[in-house]
Amino acid sequence: MTAIDNSAGSTAREHAARERTGDGSAGAAGATGGAAGATGGAAGAGGDGAGRVYRRSPLRRLRRLPLYLAGVAVFLFSVFPVYWMVITAFKPVGEIFTRDQTLLPQAPTLAHFDRVLNGQLIPGVNFWQFLANSLFVTVSAVAMGAFLSLLAAVAVARFRFRLRTAFVILLMVIQMVPMEAMIISIFINFRQLSDLSGVQLLGNLSGLLIVYTAVSLPITIMMLRGFVAAVPKELEEAAAIDGAGSWTVFWRILMPLVAPGLVAASIFAFITAWNEFIVALTFLGRSTEDYTLPLTLSYYFGRFGTEWGPIMAASTLLTIPVMIFFLFVQRRMVSGLTMGAVKG
Amino acid sequence: MAHTVEPAPAREVRPLEDTEAAPAPRRRGLPTPYLLIAPALILLAIVLLWPIVQMVWYSLTSFTTRNLLPNQPGPTWNDFAHYQKLLTDPTFWTILRNTVVVCVLMVGITMVLGTLVGLLLHKLPKWFSGFVALGMMLAWATPALSASLVFRWLFLPERGLVNVMLDRMPDWLVGGGWLEYNWFLEPLSLFSILVTVIVWQSFPFVAVSVLAGLKSIPHELYEAARMDGAGAWKAFWNVTFPMLRPLFALLLVLQVIWDLRVFTQLYILANSFQNKDVYLLSYYIYQQGFSANPANYGMGSAIAVVMTVMILAVTAYYLRIMIRQGETR
Repeated sequence: MTAIDNSAGSTAREHAARERTGDGSAGAAGATGGAAGATGGAAGAGGDGAGRVYRRSPLRRLRRLPLYLAGVAVFLFSVFPVYWMVITAFKPVGEIFTRDQTLLPQAPTLAHFDRVLNGQLIPGVNFWQFLANSLFVTVSAVAMGAFLSLLAAVAVARFRFRLRTAFVILLMVIQMVPMEAMIISIFINFRQLSDLSGVQLLGNLSGLLIVYTAVSLPITIMMLRGFVAAVPKELEEAAAIDGAGSWTVFWRILMPLVAPGLVAASIFAFITAWNEFIVALTFLGRSTEDYTLPLTLSYYFGRFGTEWGPIMAASTLLTIPVMIFFLFVQRRMVSGLTMGAVKG
Repeated sequence: MAHTVEPAPAREVRPLEDTEAAPAPRRRGLPTPYLLIAPALILLAIVLLWPIVQMVWYSLTSFTTRNLLPNQPGPTWNDFAHYQKLLTDPTFWTILRNTVVVCVLMVGITMVLGTLVGLLLHKLPKWFSGFVALGMMLAWATPALSASLVFRWLFLPERGLVNVMLDRMPDWLVGGGWLEYNWFLEPLSLFSILVTVIVWQSFPFVAVSVLAGLKSIPHELYEAARMDGAGAWKAFWNVTFPMLRPLFALLLVLQVIWDLRVFTQLYILANSFQNKDVYLLSYYIYQQGFSANPANYGMGSAIAVVMTVMILAVTAYYLRIMIRQGETR
């Protein structure tokens, strides 16, 4: 995991900054310094522990053996449930319905994946519909959330205004109030909103989309704020003096420099929305053709609780996109969540 | 300004409307910050803030499914009846106690295990710690729903791997009858699995955060400690812990807040609302609102208020840390 540090982000920013300023040295240094601060600054000190020279005497190696064994144990503990999920998905029914569980499938099969992908997990609806639902609601929510967050992040990072601190504290508090506690009032709120507006927000994806967008805002704004603040003001001012309008400054100066942060925050929001369960469970009710993937999986488990092959195959499919995205933002997950506490 | 005499960058940032040079008075011309935060703020107010107000109001009213029907009266004030009932309701107190105990166990084990693993990763050479961390990412990235299903499958009576393995072990060591043992009926065994799932999913975050923190501690401090004759244990408590205190405080708060609200995992592991013994607060809220017949929105909201107050108390501590670190500035 040390391979993915924030140096990629700051280099890109540095590069962009250099391109824009022409000579660039001052601006680029400012951007890099600011970015390191914004992303926790921990990676900056990365090398010193590993820089020590290990003497390769056999005795020394032997003394380190318990450490390696502990490392292997942690690895196995972490990986095993995932391994078991994937491996069960490839086992034929006969190897699942037995007390002689084996660590490897004796006769691997794709039957369960076939059942999930081509069969109907819920009568009348197939997997691709659920995948489309999940993708539609998460991607739209993330896009809308990113846009609204960027505007708010610029306001918080670039302007001093009276309610600024209040707004930031409000975001931190909202981020903490759990959806699980608010689920009843949110549900009734959306019922009333449906009645008021005449647009049905429950029982389809629209209400879900609105909630996911709103939920993504606090953390995205907080993450983006650091990135916007890291862009040197002089860059924007220079552009403005050269006659660039505010939209030009926004798109041509700010956007390229904030883009890495926007990507990281968006992936973060994507993972949250992709995994979300309780709101989907409450909002979608019985309209099964609108189910998102987690809800589908839970419904299928409730109906066919003994079909572990397809359940594990579907769980694996649910997990894959998160795994992929996770590798991209892993470092920022830490810095985004602890926000500066690692400064030491 | 120096930049105006440099042709190259100027051309690059200049847009199509070259002719309209609007200088000083409309400096940067951006609208006021209030306009920029307005869309986000309005959405948050409607979707998340207003329901918090409503939640408090509903908790003070008689409010069931009936009150949602078109020609029925809305929720009516009921003089704190829900809270009075909760105070004297042994079921609620059991659930509250279980929630606190389970949360303390989850947070405690996650923090200790995560810190130990963080220290371990710091000691291991880079290639090996990278390898272990990659494995941990898998646990961290697994969606809660997938994780709960896998653990349900691992602990399944008759066929679950854990039951099968325990059954194969000698009886004098672990006792007999494991093969048919149903982990999901009794609170103790079900909560043990719940704690395991949560710890499995949360310790990587703590470990990686602690590792990042450890890397920021200057190595000289440890050398000085070693010269003073401090062993690993003393070095941890006298160097590492004081240096990482803010990080530990923050991780602790985040874990408490995340673990108090656990729902999805319990929903899959308990797999029904039959057994009140295995409820946690969030589960109780959902049951009151959407599974009880008739749904009792008032009572559900009252429980939600209790839970929110608990979380806000922890959040206040979190805010204090954040304000002290200048994150709100």
